[in-house]
Amino acid sequence: MNNKVYNNRAWWLILPMLLLVAFSAIIPLMTVVNYSVQDVFDAHTRFFTGTEWFRETLNDPTLQMALLRQFAFSFTVLAIEVPLGIGIALLMPKRGWQASAVLILVTMPLLIPWNVVGSIWQIFTRGDIGLMGWSLRELGYGYNITRSATDAWGTIVLMDVWHWTPLIALLSYSGLRSIPDAYYQAARIDRASQWAVFRYIQLPKLTNVLVIGVLLRFMHSFMIYAEPFVLTGGGPGSSTTFLSQSLTTMAIGQQDLGPSAAFSIIYFLIILLVCWVFYTAIMNLQKDKQERGV
Amino acid sequence: MAEITLKGLAHSYLPDPQSPEDYAIREMDHVWHQGGAFALLGPSGCGKSTLLNIISGLLEPSGGEVLFDGEKVNSLSPEARNIAQVFQFPVVYDTMTVYDNLAFPLRNVGTAAGRVHERVMEVAEVLELTPQLKRKAKNLTADEKQKVSMGRGLVREDVSAILFDEPLTVIDPQLKWKLRRKLKEIHRRFNITMVYVTHDQLEASTFADKIAVMYEGQVVQFGTPRELFEAPNHTFVGYFIGSPGMNFLPVAMEGGRVMCGEAPLVVGEAFEKALQATSSENVKLGIRPEFVEAHATEVKGATEAEVVDIQDLGTYAILSLRLGGILLKARLDEDEPRPRVRAWLRFPVGRLGLYVDEFRVEVPHE
Amino acid sequence: MNRELPTTPEAVRERAARANDRRRRRARPASRQWRRRGLMTAYLVFVLLPIYWLLNMSFQANSEILGALTLWPQDFTLEHYARILTQSSWYMGYVNSIAYVLMNMLISISVALPAAYAFSRYRFIGDKHLFFWLLTNLMAPPAVFLLPYFQLYYTVGLFDTHVAVALAHCLFNIPLAVWILEGFMSSVPKEIDETAFIDGYGFPRFFVRIFIPMISSGIGVTLFFLFMFSWVELLLASTLTSTGAQPIGSVMTQTKGASGIDWGALSAAGVLTILPGILVVYFVRNHIAKGFALGRT
Repeated sequence: MNNKVYNNRAWWLILPMLLLVAFSAIIPLMTVVNYSVQDVFDAHTRFFTGTEWFRETLNDPTLQMALLRQFAFSFTVLAIEVPLGIGIALLMPKRGWQASAVLILVTMPLLIPWNVVGSIWQIFTRGDIGLMGWSLRELGYGYNITRSATDAWGTIVLMDVWHWTPLIALLSYSGLRSIPDAYYQAARIDRASQWAVFRYIQLPKLTNVLVIGVLLRFMHSFMIYAEPFVLTGGGPGSSTTFLSQSLTTMAIGQQDLGPSAAFSIIYFLIILLVCWVFYTAIMNLQKDKQERGV
Repeated sequence: MAEITLKGLAHSYLPDPQSPEDYAIREMDHVWHQGGAFALLGPSGCGKSTLLNIISGLLEPSGGEVLFDGEKVNSLSPEARNIAQVFQFPVVYDTMTVYDNLAFPLRNVGTAAGRVHERVMEVAEVLELTPQLKRKAKNLTADEKQKVSMGRGLVREDVSAILFDEPLTVIDPQLKWKLRRKLKEIHRRFNITMVYVTHDQLEASTFADKIAVMYEGQVVQFGTPRELFEAPNHTFVGYFIGSPGMNFLPVAMEGGRVMCGEAPLVVGEAFEKALQATSSENVKLGIRPEFVEAHATEVKGATEAEVVDIQDLGTYAILSLRLGGILLKARLDEDEPRPRVRAWLRFPVGRLGLYVDEFRVEVPHE
Repeated sequence: MNRELPTTPEAVRERAARANDRRRRRARPASRQWRRRGLMTAYLVFVLLPIYWLLNMSFQANSEILGALTLWPQDFTLEHYARILTQSSWYMGYVNSIAYVLMNMLISISVALPAAYAFSRYRFIGDKHLFFWLLTNLMAPPAVFLLPYFQLYYTVGLFDTHVAVALAHCLFNIPLAVWILEGFMSSVPKEIDETAFIDGYGFPRFFVRIFIPMISSGIGVTLFFLFMFSWVELLLASTLTSTGAQPIGSVMTQTKGASGIDWGALSAAGVLTILPGILVVYFVRNHIAKGFALGRT
């Protein structure tokens, strides 16, 4: 919309929100920045270290590996969840009680606390008491997430797909619902194949919601913590240790305040960078819309 | 190009229809002849669009048959009926160019690229879309979008029929007129059966050779614009066609005279006989305002009426009158004397119609 | 079946004749419909199976769980639920979680509504930058703020209170709420506001009486998301609390005893954390279909 009024009194409307978010975001962030350039021994002894912690963090091979794993993980789950979510959305019934029922069932995994998601999958995949683990073993596959890195990795991806595909599905579903019937009718009259309907009617309508979906999914998968922590504890070895867990271990477990603060800032910046790219993409999309000239 | 026959066709959107009101289409038989230009005229909500969607196959009728050239097509999908339909509001494929939009229906059935190009250029020419061909459909105006929608229907050759569902609603009046002529021209050139849905009688009569008037889910009359004007089959057609609509005077025989309320009417022996013969309570005489003779002075065989209002419209005037408690209208040409307070009305027998239970009954003339 | 579509009236006629012929012999199976249903069912089974397994476990005694694998409870028991619902160390976990979630929803929505209105209706100094900065908070990994939060809330004496968690969750929930609401508000025409002001409505009355009802489904969806993200978050919630305001998520870790994990109690507690979510979805189910696109289709 271009017809916004220029009025600086709007700041008064923003103010309460700003104070709260500032309290939650700016003060802690300052603390982090403060730590990242100092070496803290105790409450009274500290040294200025400049960029030392940053250099150390960037050169730390375990963190580099965690970062690589993190990217691999995020792209894997995105590559699976986005197409799968769109597919589910296309399959979901559109009206009647089935629509409500399916909607509720599909949404369910999104509302389960993240550590409980980990517990559910821990129980489900255990070789002795879990249906999936037990079945796989009965079928002759030596499935063990505490020993095999492949099994652990695969299970975490499967869990994330289980947990988060609904988000993409619901976004897409609601995008699909906004397409007027006339489009489908016209397509039938034009003798469009199912693929053509998807390619030229449904997908264009989904672009906006999918950008949001990919953005949210990228962010959350990049911050994933509780689920793998409960399920595998980051193992076997460190094969499923992602960035959040590395950071938590460093900050809380080892109390390495300086390096973990530096790490925090780098972590944050990476997410910001990726999101900035998405934000620009969204902005461009909206600009496109305006140019359509209403 | 096909002849489309509707046999015992009925449709209800409800799963378990009880009364006639539950039906969007009440049982009807109808034939659209091959190569004709037809209009389907009626007020909104009368079932026009439903009927169109049944013909194109977007809806499956709950009863009866749809036949193309004598073969039942009820279960064939719109894709398989090879039928084109243009909707009321423009539907374009946003991400495609205008060219690709027009080519879409042809490419979907694997038409050779050369032929596609030929057809697209031809249709673009007719619809004056040639300069826009390379533009993305998303950036077009509503007018242009609707032209693209129409183009997608017209680009196909050898279709069974082309159906138009109030296609000119979003088009501005000047272009409307032009496009209607184009359609007519296309019809003459390709001899395709065309059915044009509208609620505008002018639009219907300029486009179509024959008009089907729909009312409450039924085709109440199917005829040329002239037939609809001169001899409406149903009181509704009388009201709906013409401006102002037909006058209907409720009448009854009292003491050997034809009475409209308290006013006696002189309508001739044939009508008197016909009136005598009917047992219905709902009997009306219909006459177009154009045929009502309104005199400023008393004349023989006339009934006196009170003048309520005169509306001067330049070359003619519309007179509102009250006769025996019933309001009616008469049209006066500019050279005729204008009655002021009282008028004496005569109803030429040849122009009168007898309507029993809303339907026209033929009165044999001697 | 012939996949070629007919392109001439004659072909249509031929095809219709063939179809009619076929129908006389047998009814046409609606195969596509069944394939859709089959795939949908398969996905639902995938979603429900792990949850079913949790449910299954929660109704079994630990001896049965650790014995042979059973597909449904052989010896149905409610002992785990009974324990959770009677021991205050257990059920206070739920009370705590619900308390800070509701507090957070209330705080977030009440500051986000005016802010979103400002963003959707006015231009002002720094509006774009501010909006972007807000969104960056959505992207901040909770792990980054763990230590500073701990120190901050400890210093101001809020550690181990519901308020602490509610405020901490504002970090991502307020930006989220502003972002979602802004989308919904922008889709309400500005003329509505102008007409109301001309009709003599003051801003607060207009906002509460006219504007909020107009975006009620947007608010519903926003509340759904606020609930969702506050309810599911554990890292901050468990770090900022110890015993007084411990969320159910961290209470569940106490099932790890000396004799191994108490699977039955863990499962029953897990099942009970799913229920509030289902309840919330049930209430907003009619808004989800439209509102999930966040007003941005």
